[in-house]
Amino acid sequence: MEFLKRSYAAVIFAFLYIPIFVLIVFSFNASKSRASWDGFTLRWYADLFDNSAILNALYYTLSIAVLAALLATIIGTLAAFAMYKDMRPWEKKIVMNLTYLPVLNPDIVTGISLMLLFIFMKINLGFLSLLLAHIIFNVPYVILTVLPKLRQFDNNLYEAALDLGASPAYAFRRIVFPEILPGIVTGALFAFTLSIDDFVISFFTTGSGINNLSILIYSMARRGIHPTINALSTLLFLAVLILLLAVNRRVVRDKK
Amino acid sequence: MVCVLGAVALAGCGGEKTAKRELKVYNWGDYIDPEVLKDFEKETGIHVIYDTFATNEDMYVKVKSGGSDYDVAIPSDYMIKRMIRENLLEKIDMDKVPNYQGIGDKFKNLPFDPQNAYSVPYMWGTVGIIYNKKMVTDPVDSWNILWNPKYAKQIFMLDSPRDSIGITLKLLGYSLNTGDDAQLEQAKAKLIEQKPLVLAYVVDEVKDKMIAGEAAMAVVWSGDAMFMKEKNPDLAYVIPKEGTNYWFDSMVILKGAKHKAEAEEFINYMTRPDIAKRNVEYIGYASPIPEVVKSLDPEVQQDVAAYPADSLLKSSEIFDDLSDNLAKYDKVWTEVKVAQ
Amino acid sequence: MGRRWLVYPYHTWMLLFTVIPLGLIFFYAFTEPNSTQFTLENIRHAAEPVYLGVLWHSVWLAGLSTLLCFLIGYPMAMILAKSSVKYRNMLVVLIVIPMWMNFLLRTYAWMTLLEKNGPLNAILLHFGLPAIQILYTDYAVMLGMVYNFLPFMILPIYSVLMKMDQSLLEAAEDLGAGTWTSFRRITFPLSLPGVYAGMIMVFMPAVTTFVISRLLGGGQYMLIGNVIEEQFLAIGNWSFGSALSVLMMAIILVSMLFLSRYSKEGNGGGMFF
Repeated sequence: MEFLKRSYAAVIFAFLYIPIFVLIVFSFNASKSRASWDGFTLRWYADLFDNSAILNALYYTLSIAVLAALLATIIGTLAAFAMYKDMRPWEKKIVMNLTYLPVLNPDIVTGISLMLLFIFMKINLGFLSLLLAHIIFNVPYVILTVLPKLRQFDNNLYEAALDLGASPAYAFRRIVFPEILPGIVTGALFAFTLSIDDFVISFFTTGSGINNLSILIYSMARRGIHPTINALSTLLFLAVLILLLAVNRRVVRDKK
Repeated sequence: MVCVLGAVALAGCGGEKTAKRELKVYNWGDYIDPEVLKDFEKETGIHVIYDTFATNEDMYVKVKSGGSDYDVAIPSDYMIKRMIRENLLEKIDMDKVPNYQGIGDKFKNLPFDPQNAYSVPYMWGTVGIIYNKKMVTDPVDSWNILWNPKYAKQIFMLDSPRDSIGITLKLLGYSLNTGDDAQLEQAKAKLIEQKPLVLAYVVDEVKDKMIAGEAAMAVVWSGDAMFMKEKNPDLAYVIPKEGTNYWFDSMVILKGAKHKAEAEEFINYMTRPDIAKRNVEYIGYASPIPEVVKSLDPEVQQDVAAYPADSLLKSSEIFDDLSDNLAKYDKVWTEVKVAQ
Repeated sequence: MGRRWLVYPYHTWMLLFTVIPLGLIFFYAFTEPNSTQFTLENIRHAAEPVYLGVLWHSVWLAGLSTLLCFLIGYPMAMILAKSSVKYRNMLVVLIVIPMWMNFLLRTYAWMTLLEKNGPLNAILLHFGLPAIQILYTDYAVMLGMVYNFLPFMILPIYSVLMKMDQSLLEAAEDLGAGTWTSFRRITFPLSLPGVYAGMIMVFMPAVTTFVISRLLGGGQYMLIGNVIEEQFLAIGNWSFGSALSVLMMAIILVSMLFLSRYSKEGNGGGMFF
């Protein structure tokens, strides 16, 4: 049984990572085309550091993703909590439906409607509008991942704490929060994932001079995506992997 | 102390007058030699904010809705015509763009900008058939090779309504800008007839696919054909005898541009033969400047994919802004896609 | 009382950033292009058979992808939940990391892998097996959809499974229940909130996804996402595009309401319940 479990997990991970592997291989291809191998080279990596457009885009991509994930998680968690505890049933139904409805919309509709909203509200398109747009489309996903955990959570504990004199904020912090933390973390991960790879909504809600990697990459599609992008992706991937291993090692050590 | 403060304040005021000049450019991705941008900044001291878009339509929506503050953009022919019609462009003061004189005469006063007041051509090309000489045994000189059952599931068509409907119209002997319902119905029927033979309707990935030999033939843009032939010598490019679409990407100045003078300087710079040549060599597409063409490799000058002879372009057309007829093409295309 | 102090800010947020943009879409859907005159013409146009067919195809594709994600993802979520606490968190993050690489790049990578002359066929031929043409078929599209949405199914289920009350399962064992019965009667029902969350997070975006079918499916058919995007960008008929969106939302909403009649009450993570 154990062997079966391990093989299944291995297959799934292989499935998830094979394209990444292909991506990495082609970052060393001297040819711009993925159909011809012109020899091994590191020049795309060298070109990367000279390319201010890509480095700028990288900066904005990461900063938007981190900030949007953080803020969306806070807003989403508090909203989920409010929905779960303090809304009357009919209110809860309407609010939930309204929250999830935008998830159904194609990106183009969300992108254009938000762009129009920002223009109407006289918000200058730029970093803030981009950040706001990202937070907006991330919040429903956070709520979606936090609510099941709230549902799973035993309400009696919260009520008991209140009966014993704890304020709602204190009870939330010490009792509810630790229990729903896995949902919150998952929500944050999803928000980060969605932000880091968004093109359409970002394109329409950003301002001049602010680009993220997706905009750069999709704009290149007509001409063929430059291997410097592969090089960047490889470096990003390795950085994340190393970070993950380092954090995990420390956590494991702390637990001991 | 007061004197020092006063001096500093005066210096600050003076500094504002000689503030950094700025320019905002909106272009296709990877459509300029990055070194050219750097050199422009060095030579003129103008700080360039350079952003990219993926399609003409994306750029159009952003500009039309008021979501852009770009000065220069580089759209395609039909989009320029549309933008002129909708008053989204500024007239270019051609006196500030003396290098315009270097543009070939046949590239001036093009149908989408008849007085040549709004645009200066940047790159141009054609649409044609690229085929693998090892896989195609028949002569390729007409669009109907794409309807040849011998090559079933070996054909790539473009996933773009205008391009695919356009070449079908050309095959049938009509204009690729027509709004005639009967002609469009015929084109629709022809495309549905072709559907079982088509391996896929592709977008940008066609280049890698043809280089890898995944199919026998594809409809591609000339600039991409140059690249493909270089990577796979078995490939050849042809402009069919019925005529095709030839296209232009031109530089324009957007309405309300805050840096018009800098924009004109930029356009002038890009049209300078030595700079244009660098862009041509980086991008690999065709230049509208004869001086640049003459300085290129003779092989390239003769290449149909780069610089086709005028005779080949006799029955070719530039895309027109379809305006109200656009919905018709969309309906035709949807019905073609939905057909089993 | 102070208990509703969280509710009002969220109401404001939602009003501004969800209701108003949605209202804009509704406005465009029910007015003539470039005017404020009320009309049902856009909706009528959107309900024509050709577009309903496209919508149906999109829903069917999304439904199939969701089902596949569920079947493949649930066991993975269970395996994750049961794995050692030392590595669990790391494994969870490892599942999401591939999605941090650009979507276009990942999809192009699949195209290279599945090509006629690509590595997959090279391996098959090496073992004497016939080469398969999977690219530009529905199988490739399914693969692409599952690849793109699997983490969104695995993680919500995992996050619920990991805190499963072990005492319940132990009690069941003591009472003589087999593994399958325990799973069927205890584990699975308790994991349903996570399952619903996962299904929503996969199904809803999947309905309007079209790039995967365009690249891996060879653009052989239109999905509702294509049609809507065409209207907004190429055609410039925002009224019709909005009408298509509104119609799609209405149809999905109604069907989910209908389906919810058949499932148990308020499952926390679900909607329209």
